[in-house]
Amino acid sequence: MTDKKYPTPLLDDLEKGPWPSFVKEIKKSAKSPMVQDLLGLLERSYEEKIGHWKHGGLVGVQGYGGGVIGRYSDLPAEFPDVSEFHTIRVNQPSGWFYTSDALRTLCDIWDRHGSGLTNMHGSTGDIVFLGTKTTELEPIFSELTAAGFDLGGSGSDMRTPSCCNGMARCEWACYDTMAFCNDVTQTYQDELHRPAFPYKFKIKASGCPNDCVASIARSDMSVIGTWRDDIQIDPAAVKEYALAGKLDIGKDVAGRCPTKVIDWDGTTLAIDNSNCVKCMHCINVMPKALSPGKDRGATILIGAKAPIVQGALLASVLVPFIKLEQPYEDVKELIAAMWDLWAEHGKNRERIGEFIQRIGLGNFLEQIGLDPAPEMVIQPRTNPYIFYNL
Amino acid sequence: MSADVVKAKRKTDIGPPNYTKFLPPIIKENYGKWKYHEVPQPGVLVHTSHSGAKLYSVRAATPRLLSIETLRLFASIADEFTGGFLRFTSRNNVEFLATDEGKVAPLIARLKKEGYPVGGIGPSITNIVHTQGWVHCHSAASDASGVVKALMDELYPRFENMDLPGKTRIAFACCLNMCGAVHCSDIAVLAVHRKPPKINHATLGKTCEIPSTVAACPTGAIRPATVDGKQSVEVIEEQCMFCGNCFTVCPSMTMADPENDGISIWVGGKVSNARHEPMFSKLAIPYLPNNPPRWPEVTAAVKNIVDVYAKNARKFERIGEWIERIGWPKFFKLTGIEFTKYHLDDFTHAGESFKRSAQLRHSSEG
Repeated sequence: MTDKKYPTPLLDDLEKGPWPSFVKEIKKSAKSPMVQDLLGLLERSYEEKIGHWKHGGLVGVQGYGGGVIGRYSDLPAEFPDVSEFHTIRVNQPSGWFYTSDALRTLCDIWDRHGSGLTNMHGSTGDIVFLGTKTTELEPIFSELTAAGFDLGGSGSDMRTPSCCNGMARCEWACYDTMAFCNDVTQTYQDELHRPAFPYKFKIKASGCPNDCVASIARSDMSVIGTWRDDIQIDPAAVKEYALAGKLDIGKDVAGRCPTKVIDWDGTTLAIDNSNCVKCMHCINVMPKALSPGKDRGATILIGAKAPIVQGALLASVLVPFIKLEQPYEDVKELIAAMWDLWAEHGKNRERIGEFIQRIGLGNFLEQIGLDPAPEMVIQPRTNPYIFYNL
Repeated sequence: MSADVVKAKRKTDIGPPNYTKFLPPIIKENYGKWKYHEVPQPGVLVHTSHSGAKLYSVRAATPRLLSIETLRLFASIADEFTGGFLRFTSRNNVEFLATDEGKVAPLIARLKKEGYPVGGIGPSITNIVHTQGWVHCHSAASDASGVVKALMDELYPRFENMDLPGKTRIAFACCLNMCGAVHCSDIAVLAVHRKPPKINHATLGKTCEIPSTVAACPTGAIRPATVDGKQSVEVIEEQCMFCGNCFTVCPSMTMADPENDGISIWVGGKVSNARHEPMFSKLAIPYLPNNPPRWPEVTAAVKNIVDVYAKNARKFERIGEWIERIGWPKFFKLTGIEFTKYHLDDFTHAGESFKRSAQLRHSSEG
């Protein structure tokens, strides 16, 4: 091995301190000449306060239109081993559960063909293999699929769906998020691997309104578990919380309820469920005493996105309540209707949230066959510029 | 092997492995049957099922960017303590899933010894959701991993303890694309440009589709133009707010600028529905310089916001809920952050953020 070690005084400073250091991680893989050059290039960025990656890069594997993010350095003469430094997105298992054997399998493949650096995980959920050359892409792909792993999404396609750990390890899961996430991922493999949309489309599944995968902010289609009957109360456990004294039930529970539906007289807790908005606060702070109702399902919200181009959006209510049971036919019908409409009429690089704002939520609903409902708005419109369809 | 044979063997569209292969037996047995959970100590969750079974989850910090050497270390720790079972969280922590309570203390000790401390549960500051920065992205206005490391070193006690009024989520994005969770976090650190793109007229016609470049601009600042006989674009600089979206679609419009790129700080976002509905983050500090490797101005600013919040907010109040209760003038007063014209929204529907009432606090104290 040629000795290509560069001095990295600025990065070395980030090896100090209590938080685990990404510089230490990079150095753990520094037996690879590619990683040595990455350290050199990154140190240069720290010196100059500017990135050193060229714009874009179109690389991939045969048969797919997405899954690999090509990247080329703008200093190939100085740092030849990162002149190509592509990222591979590998679809994670639902809920990010692994066995040690599965992790080792992934490490061995990446050891043979890439830098040895990863992101666990990318923000959308994928396992990210960080840094390899174009010639390694096909060999990696064939070893990954032989081991039972496939690529994730990138580009104008359905991106890799992700979910909270749901029923695997949470008493609040109102539907089986992991089964749903796995099912939609498998059902829409073609839409995930071969970009056919105006722009990206993300699906995220959260088991309750705590929304531990931030679906309402980070997915075009957000599926959030909820219930429509009464919160289950265990009076004996309520008494235990009251006696333990860590929680002031009047102030911390009833007083914090957004719709003030909790009545606490010092011994008995009562909830006016007809006015409860399922925010989760009382359940969150008294998990032993309170739990979601038994008639469970999900709310589907649509259109979240980051600011570019017309401004950031949180997802808004599309279906107030839906039962979520395999094989999820209703949800799939809805997805098909939305994709048909948006793929046909969405502009280039127009997220579905911006598309809905452009054509109007009323028209969108009409086209996909849903009825308008008051749950879809904070309030009715205040301006009188109404398009009457007479 | 002939090309045909290779093609015949090619596997596609298999999707991820089925998650059920990776679940420990205790989870398979109690799937959907959990009764309640407790947090006996920072970084540890205990889930109890209706059958009485108990699952101990130990949550450790990671820098998200991990070497396979570390993943192999995690695998061997999982083999030693948790039957080979582990998972990662939606904020890129790692969790080891134990059935034996006796393994918890030695597991924590081992993780600490290896440099992956345990915490990030309850009213604490857990891992910072972040992006690629100068490690891999072409449009980054700052580094991600470096800022995150500097911040978490500074805020470290808040990761190990549960002494904040409410959960406090910090996110980082290295440009206005805002990959990740920056627009809905209690504290968001967002790298920004402050100068218009530099146009390479010689290459633009060859490397870019001009109509989509024009369409990429949120403020309509880009127009097709012929420059020195070449098809290109012009930027009306007074209309450009340096978002960089034109560079995303057109490589001949570069944004990066060492002197003027830097960091903005945003506050008061959340995604959970508990108590208050989900909220966007709002601008607190328009600009702080890029100052690698430790970004001292940024870490001081974030620490100040966290400290003022910790001192003033009520139990369970998230930063956004706290500010809504006390009002923005008091937030700026308590934190000592200067309010500027940059805080006044001037994009589409900006007026929705103007104060349209006489409900104001005028008391001289506090």
